[in-house]
Amino acid sequence: MDLSTKVADQSLKARATRVAAIAAAYADEVDKAGRFPAEAIDALKSERLMGIQIPVDCGGEGRSTSEIAELCTIIAQACAASAMIFAMHQIKVSSLVSHGVDAGWHRTFMQKICNEQLLLGSATTEGGIGGNLRNSICAIEVDGDRCRLEKDATVISYGKHADAILITSRSHKDAPPTDQVMTAFLKDQYTLEQTHVWDTLGMRGTCSDGFLFKGEAPAEQILPKPFAEIAAQSMLASSHLLWSALWYGIAVDAFTKAQTFVRAAARKAPGTTPPGLVQLAEMSSQLQVIRSNIKAGLGNYEQALSDPDRLSSMGFAVAMNNVKIASSEMILPVIHQALRICGIMGYKNGTPFSLGRHLRDAHSAELMISNDRILGNTSTMLLVHKQETGLLG
Amino acid sequence: MNETIRTLLAKLGGLPVAVDTITDSADLYAVGLSSFASVQLMLGLEETFDMEFPDHLLNRKSFASISAIETTVQSILEDRKVA
Repeated sequence: MDLSTKVADQSLKARATRVAAIAAAYADEVDKAGRFPAEAIDALKSERLMGIQIPVDCGGEGRSTSEIAELCTIIAQACAASAMIFAMHQIKVSSLVSHGVDAGWHRTFMQKICNEQLLLGSATTEGGIGGNLRNSICAIEVDGDRCRLEKDATVISYGKHADAILITSRSHKDAPPTDQVMTAFLKDQYTLEQTHVWDTLGMRGTCSDGFLFKGEAPAEQILPKPFAEIAAQSMLASSHLLWSALWYGIAVDAFTKAQTFVRAAARKAPGTTPPGLVQLAEMSSQLQVIRSNIKAGLGNYEQALSDPDRLSSMGFAVAMNNVKIASSEMILPVIHQALRICGIMGYKNGTPFSLGRHLRDAHSAELMISNDRILGNTSTMLLVHKQETGLLG
Repeated sequence: MNETIRTLLAKLGGLPVAVDTITDSADLYAVGLSSFASVQLMLGLEETFDMEFPDHLLNRKSFASISAIETTVQSILEDRKVA
């Protein structure tokens, strides 16, 4: 007889799977109402997943980007908006981990994130910059040991629900638009006045409304590295990789629905080939390409982490941009094909095969950081960077 | 070489300030060098010095300041002499 008390599995995968079960239960409601997935985010906090990337000596678990990406994939199969919030939070954490471990205030902040399971929001765009996060109009004002910032942020990811916001600005009032810094503000150090409503086709639960941000805090909360370095060395890679991982999750869930649909048809009519079976094989091949692309990107990133020169090289930026472009474009045909296979059962809301949310959420992939903008940046670099011509490098 | 780099920077850098006000060690990105302009500058340097930047030198550090560019270009030209 087993007398031991049953202890819940504490592996990362088990913790994420429990979060996904809760996220799945509310996903349609969150999507329909365009409301914040509070239940899923509470579950992330109670499974203590918010600080897992933070180094052990700052109170975290020191988990790798690949492990975080895997969690994004698991959660996205249940609710892409919840996975996107988790991914965006982890992208902010990666900026702190990569650029704040030597700064006293930021070390304490990371401990606080772990202890209190804080959700970090992000404010990188503002009115007038045309979506280019590497430009700012607003400037942080440093007065002695205090800093102040006012920003017309057209989008703040889950702004109202964040416990702290990492926000970009020019480094001082006379700085050019590209000379930026990033500052962490805690919830009680800023006010938000809503200016735009996030009423979108997909990713509705991320609630990325627009706000007029006004903050004041100790100046030591400004990250001690130029934002250009933070963007190149942690944000570019982690956002392309984690987002790709969650888009893969959306596509994989659509595929799973189509496969279940075809299998049910096959069971009903044994001995015949059900419609859609061959298409399933094609989708499987496409999913494998997407998955391999993301896994290769994660491997490339983790190798580059120990080599700052490689991390800031053009070759690396081109590779990460290409991961984003390919995964964001390749998921759409997979979901579309799943819809064709499930037919009216996929087209209707509220069936076990409904795919409307997947289709709408996945369309954000090409638009969140516009693929045209990324292709433009890559093409500039290709004026000097040479394409990899071998398989082994 | 320093003068040539400064001339190219003035022509291609798209900087909001005059190049002669920038010290050799000043961070070019902080004074406003965009990534697009840095590529234009690289092309200008390749043309002027009749060389090509190898991929491992195409990073932010190689173009962070006028003296960094000078070091980068010199190392490529010297490698070519040895080769």
